[in-house]
Amino acid sequence: MDSEFVGTLEERTARRPLRMLTIDAIGPLTMLAGVIWAIAQPYRLAILHPHGKGFYDWLAQPPLLVVAVGVFFAAVIAPGITEDLRGDDDSSG
Amino acid sequence: MTPPAENVHWLFATGFLLLGLLLLAEAVVGHDVWAKRRWRVFLWPSLAFGLGVLLWPVSVFFTNSTLHMIAHASWAETAMIAGAAQLGLARGKLHSRWWNVTVSVTLFVSGAAFLIHEQNPWLFSRSAFLHHALGWMLVVSSVLPLLQAVRPRVFAWNAGFAMVWITVAVLLFCDRDVAPIFGHLSPLAGGPR
Repeated sequence: MDSEFVGTLEERTARRPLRMLTIDAIGPLTMLAGVIWAIAQPYRLAILHPHGKGFYDWLAQPPLLVVAVGVFFAAVIAPGITEDLRGDDDSSG
Repeated sequence: MTPPAENVHWLFATGFLLLGLLLLAEAVVGHDVWAKRRWRVFLWPSLAFGLGVLLWPVSVFFTNSTLHMIAHASWAETAMIAGAAQLGLARGKLHSRWWNVTVSVTLFVSGAAFLIHEQNPWLFSRSAFLHHALGWMLVVSSVLPLLQAVRPRVFAWNAGFAMVWITVAVLLFCDRDVAPIFGHLSPLAGGPR
């Protein structure tokens, strides 16, 4: 067997868990960024500092928007990708 | 009725953050895995097209200067053209990878519009600083879609393109209507709010 080919396969299978880990981490890391931001600048949340805040301040609370994007990615996007990566893994060996 | 500009920027930042994360995920797993589910292929082109459509109300309602209106309208037009071209590629109606040049044009025109419509220097206020930073970043990064067209599978170009949108989101989230930047705020800008 061509050793270069084996090497390439080994590299590919070694890289796959790292890809899964990265995809699984994107959502939680985004949520974490939003939470850290909320702790660092609580005044950017109308929910914590409601005084003098209007409708649009309640609608767009930046740290919560970041958390929402993280939740969406983790719940809707990431599971399908990791499933496909796992399926790819099973079919190749 | 019209929302403050900062709120609009934060809502668009949310869209750009999601766009960046989708592109980053595609860069990490590669196009073949990403395209295993058809709906995923349409995600970011639809989002880009949708952001272009949503820029039209911004262009119509924020009429404080002609330059702002022209800038917002040019972003809307180019974002829609790029999104539509990517949707065509995803659907299989378009085949040439050179359609990616539309994304490059979008980035360049958007960057140029940022720089042209910001009349104040970098440290005038936070908003002025962000306009300059966003403008130069978009102009410089407009080369990335060209590199993607030439070598589509290079991780650095794809991840770099994703990071551009994540950075755009971070910069837009930093925006306030009137706020200092690195301790500087021109008296002409008015009081912080």
